[in-house]
Amino acid sequence: MSILINKNSRVVTQGITGKTGQFHTRTSREYANGKNCYVAGVNPKKAGENFEGIPIFGSVKDAKEKAGANVSVIYVPPPGAAAAIWEAVEADLDLVICITEGIPVRDMVEVRDRMKKQGRRTLLVGPNCPGVITPDEIKIGIMPGHIHLKGRIGVVSRSGTLTYEAVGQLTEIGLGQSTAVGIGGDPVNGMKHIDVMRLFNDDPDTEAVVMIGEIGGSDEEEAAQWVKANMKKPVVGFIAGVTAPPGKRMGHAGAIISGGKGTAQEKLAVMDACGIKVTKNPAEMGRLLKSVLK
Amino acid sequence: MKIHEYQAKEILRKFGVPTPRGVPCFSVEEAVKAVDTLGGKVWVVKAQIHAGGRGKGGGVKVAKSRDEVRDMAEKILGMQLITHQTGPQGQKVRRLLVEEGADIKKELYVGMVVDRGTQKVALMASSEGGMDIEEVAAKTPEKIHTVFIDPQTGLSDGEADKVALKIGIPQASLPQARTALQGLYKAFCETDSSLAEINPLILTGDGRVIALDGKINFDDNAMFRHPDLVAMRDLDEEDPAEVQASKFDLNYIQLDGTIGCLVNGAGLAMATMDTIKLYGGSPANFLDVGGGATTEKVTEAFKIMLSNPKLNAILVNIFGGIMRCDVIAEGVVAAAREVHLSVPLVVRMKGTNEALGKKILADSGLPIITADNMGEAAERVVAASKGKN
Repeated sequence: MSILINKNSRVVTQGITGKTGQFHTRTSREYANGKNCYVAGVNPKKAGENFEGIPIFGSVKDAKEKAGANVSVIYVPPPGAAAAIWEAVEADLDLVICITEGIPVRDMVEVRDRMKKQGRRTLLVGPNCPGVITPDEIKIGIMPGHIHLKGRIGVVSRSGTLTYEAVGQLTEIGLGQSTAVGIGGDPVNGMKHIDVMRLFNDDPDTEAVVMIGEIGGSDEEEAAQWVKANMKKPVVGFIAGVTAPPGKRMGHAGAIISGGKGTAQEKLAVMDACGIKVTKNPAEMGRLLKSVLK
Repeated sequence: MKIHEYQAKEILRKFGVPTPRGVPCFSVEEAVKAVDTLGGKVWVVKAQIHAGGRGKGGGVKVAKSRDEVRDMAEKILGMQLITHQTGPQGQKVRRLLVEEGADIKKELYVGMVVDRGTQKVALMASSEGGMDIEEVAAKTPEKIHTVFIDPQTGLSDGEADKVALKIGIPQASLPQARTALQGLYKAFCETDSSLAEINPLILTGDGRVIALDGKINFDDNAMFRHPDLVAMRDLDEEDPAEVQASKFDLNYIQLDGTIGCLVNGAGLAMATMDTIKLYGGSPANFLDVGGGATTEKVTEAFKIMLSNPKLNAILVNIFGGIMRCDVIAEGVVAAAREVHLSVPLVVRMKGTNEALGKKILADSGLPIITADNMGEAAERVVAASKGKN
């Protein structure tokens, strides 16, 4: 088992004809069961053509009906990315993973509002995220597949390379991962730590979770409160940005301390108070997780 | 992206928010001429820099004659204005705004940001205008009223009136307040703002509602659809190193420590800074080289870090995923040669083609210190920065 995606997921790539979409569709298809999983691409102008054998459809709806796609991954450039998300939501897919970085916040506010008002069931991961991987089954996104190992640890993070760092440390000490989820660094996004935590809690094959956050917002605090009340499995955590100065955006649009809120210290304190073992040393994430396993 | 007060007011006016009449000035002569343009008996001379807290720093003065305007313009233009947001070195004043004086009866606060929790634009309003709103929020949170605005319907008349009453706008001035609040929301949306603030919003003796100050920040991600707004950018107000970095698609923020960091990915870059601190050092910068770190980018990154006189060591921390370690290693070696690197360099590389990357570093003959993990890397760079190897 795993969360969100597995070897039976059927993926459509939105933006399959762009350079980024092609590169990552190719490497994802080469990973584990990817050959069976990547079933479609979308480009309204190139319907009927194919990308290295993957058929291209005119719309996500067509890709769903004709190729059985239930998950979409988006590499569409920022100006059209929010519309691409909405197209996948309207096609009623199970999950949309938006990799695109640099989508205007207003576009995300509008698309999230529509999703909520219409009570859409489609889950959104991202935007501005590395994607989701269930080791040895399927990789959807831009993460390096080879650092992963199949196993029983869940990983959820706002940051890409920091997720790889955690996964690399786990793999190095022989702890495999059930699923690793990058939820992205934008202020307005889809699934948050708390949503992913719920899924890990219900997944019989996830034994413990590494939760990685960063400065800005209060998502980590909310997830920590939920963990305290509901989580049946051990959780360890790290928050990046102890040294970040207030008012400066640290790369990610969402990584900013504003109005004295969203500091790493505050987040670490709440997580600690909620029973999450935290470390201030990102080189220790793997070992910390090992220490909480029974 | 940030803009000046006078530019923010131009935008607000365009969306129907009343502001005092004013003239942006780049010289003392222009400031004196503004007196004739504006007429009246009282003028305000305001320093235009991107940082807040200008009044307290001596950058905003009231003048009651032409000579006083000249006198104040002479004093303010060219001064190093120091506020709580500029740092101790201050910011040089290159532009002024000369405005007609206003008859202030009440000072209020209104601001807008995107709220991450509700994923809507939040209007915050307070009766405590003219003050540092963060202080009001910390000490008297009950004095801040928040409305989360529905993206489909916008700020309704009812919502606007309700919040206006709460912050002490009298019944007779409600239509004026409504115009100001709805105009602010419209400006916020249509310019893709990330922050729009009027502090203070004033109520005048004759019941008018006017934006006495204006501050707007834009969402950088949306600037591709606003060339008119991009034209308002004032590079003089930005850190030259950060401007240079942005030309090469590098994300650089200067800090006040001594250890330069070059990292791929924003989260890992922050975590690297944190680890340096944990081992007793202090980071000189945040620097994310992104996914495609070419030799050219790495070289430029080295140059920018080395332009900081405080720098005494560099840590390169790369988790090679899509990016291969051998490519990064070649970039680092070429960059170190080109800039004649004079400070100790510690490199930690992990991921794809790691062994090959390490071999390139070793074979280069350069005095590069390597490390296998982040902890070790931080420990070594901190020792090197303190002159111990």
